[in-house]
Amino acid sequence: MEKQMIKPYGDTMDDGLVQLSFTLPVENGPRARKAAQEYAALLNLTNVTVADAKKIADGFTCFVIYARASAALDYSVIRATEADFPKMEREDINRKIDRELGRRIVVVGGAIGTDAHTVGIDAIMNMKGYRQDYGLERYSGFMAVNMGAQVAGALLLEKGLETGADAILVSQTVTKNNIHIRQMTEFMTTLNGRNMRGRFILVAGGARLDNDLALRLGYDAGFGPGTLPSQVASFLAQNVIKRHGKRGG
Amino acid sequence: MARLNLKKSRINRVRKLASRIAEDIQKFIEPHSTISVERTVLRLYGVDGMDLQQIPYPNRVVDLWREKGDISMGISRPFAEAALRSGKSALATARLLADGEIGFTGDIARLARADVRRKEMAMAKDAVKALALSAERKRRKIKKTPLPRTPWRYIIVATGNIYDDRTQARAAVHSGADIIAVIRSTVQSLLDYVPYGATTEGFGGTFATQENFKVMRQALDEESEKAGRYIRLVNYSSGLCMAEIAACAAFEDLDILLNDSMYGVLFRNINMKRTFVDQYFSRLICARAGIMINTGEDNYLTTADAMENAHAVTASQLINEAMAKKAGLPEDLLGIGHAFEIDPAIENAFLYELAHAALTRQLFPNSPVKYMPPTKFMSGDIFLSHGLDTMFNLASVATGQGIHLAGILTEAIHNPLMQDRAQALDNINYVFNIARDLGPEIEFKKDGMINKRAAQVLEEAEALLEKISCEGLMNAISQGHFADIKRGPEEGRGLDGVFVKGPGYSNPLMELLER
Repeated sequence: MEKQMIKPYGDTMDDGLVQLSFTLPVENGPRARKAAQEYAALLNLTNVTVADAKKIADGFTCFVIYARASAALDYSVIRATEADFPKMEREDINRKIDRELGRRIVVVGGAIGTDAHTVGIDAIMNMKGYRQDYGLERYSGFMAVNMGAQVAGALLLEKGLETGADAILVSQTVTKNNIHIRQMTEFMTTLNGRNMRGRFILVAGGARLDNDLALRLGYDAGFGPGTLPSQVASFLAQNVIKRHGKRGG
Repeated sequence: MARLNLKKSRINRVRKLASRIAEDIQKFIEPHSTISVERTVLRLYGVDGMDLQQIPYPNRVVDLWREKGDISMGISRPFAEAALRSGKSALATARLLADGEIGFTGDIARLARADVRRKEMAMAKDAVKALALSAERKRRKIKKTPLPRTPWRYIIVATGNIYDDRTQARAAVHSGADIIAVIRSTVQSLLDYVPYGATTEGFGGTFATQENFKVMRQALDEESEKAGRYIRLVNYSSGLCMAEIAACAAFEDLDILLNDSMYGVLFRNINMKRTFVDQYFSRLICARAGIMINTGEDNYLTTADAMENAHAVTASQLINEAMAKKAGLPEDLLGIGHAFEIDPAIENAFLYELAHAALTRQLFPNSPVKYMPPTKFMSGDIFLSHGLDTMFNLASVATGQGIHLAGILTEAIHNPLMQDRAQALDNINYVFNIARDLGPEIEFKKDGMINKRAAQVLEEAEALLEKISCEGLMNAISQGHFADIKRGPEEGRGLDGVFVKGPGYSNPLMELLER
């Protein structure tokens, strides 16, 4: 394939212009500004302009920098995935489920482990939804059970079995020290330990999460920030129907 | 300040309804206690520390009494008996009990009931004195280094390490913060004990321990002197240990506690019976120790829509106020919460935000109402987020809010960096300064959008309060009237720690605090 070299764009092609901001643990002054400039040079940036240097605490200075990046990247070799499915509207999804599955799709979800944040799982599952896009509870085609925050993985699995769930949604908001990865892995271990991995469609969601990470951890899909409930609903409807749909329906 | 055209009769009516709802909850609270309330009694009697298994002594002692004695009597009397017999301090007595050196039963009969009562009373009186002393120390500090003008700039630190938090807090004060809140580690609300000692590891925050409180308060005392204004310290009296944290906070002269059991029920799935009882005792402690409480109504709008549910915020604020008054909290210690969370895509959203902010301000004129920044529609686009925060800052200063929680441009990305806080505070300082007296200069058009919106919210709040006062608060929560979240009275964590006070129940500390 033909190479396609790219660089950051400021106002002319390949000018390599980047803006960045960082703090150095030094007192502000001419030396500090010089240090910021030199540090940017160490990052292989050229034409460094220290646009602003401000004391933000005793012994700490924050800089705003503009500079040119020298590295260029071959875009033709870049690959990334996103959960791949056609996006549908709520009423279309409901109709499709009704026609091709003939029953409601059961979904259980929660923020697992120590994570106390329900903002993500609520946005997807609760009636209200997010940005004028209704949550799964509002769909006639779904039965959605939101278990809230700090749900033990084993408990989520139990709920999944008890309700005969088709899919489990796992939400992770806190990412400090990669705790989200640890907890998502633990949940996968729980499922594997009971030979249940194949039983459910597994979807992960979170503020610092993407499809690549979710797939790498063994989930079926991952949804990042800004995801609308109808996107998750589309994915679930199509994949559950693929598994259990009426043939020729 | 620009005034809304609110019907006086309607304001009176909603207060009356809220008071009836609080009355109803109080009827449930009074005959009940919890293991956490009992542990708080021990803490205020002077029991602290933990055993070799790292179980706090208040837990050890209450658990022992629960197992071997009769918890329906409460812990005060049996503990006073044990202390009389040991002849030692509360702490030493707790250790002897935990180590099995002395037992709860056995010699009780030898001691006269009156002697035990006297011992209980003495310990309770000392505890009340300690709480009052904390309030007095704070008053003295504020006299020396006065409080700044409102809105007070409230900044969060949350590194997980109390010593790093301290560095972050000092930096924030340098940039203009008036209030420092140390966010708790994410698991803590569900721990049925208070961790001990200085801690350097946490998830999404730092554990609330008495030692951590002390470390931060000392740093802020130094910063107050340097800045010439009193810097307040905030922590969380929420979750399963509301009253215990309040006791620890009082000992270390904390100024503000997040304290809202409705929040615990809805967002942390804490059992409502447990937390209503815990909350009452925690608020009694706050009232005596001069600790301001902050309520969490802002959180409703992070899950439910801010336009559709504004009235639920108002209703909850009024209920929270009524419950706080039952615990003796004066209005100047009521930091009633609300938030700037309307979808920015809605045309004239800023006008509705002004209406909501002014409504809260006007309903609670003597309270330092607490205004929370936009979070729900912060996406990671730090530049646009900074724009949202700017408008939030303007709404706050224009409507004369009491506590202003700084909106941070990196909301939804990571815990704030030192530089993020500095940017946020620069923005606040800029807006507050250029619009300082905007509020008193403007009037809301008589039948304009802002007045209409505020009137509508208040009217809807009245209807909701009517409904709740008929159904009862516990039922209303079960029905999902708040934040679209449903919680039943038998659901959630901590119910097994609730018990009915028996005929022999004794808690002179609570009696003194209720006076």
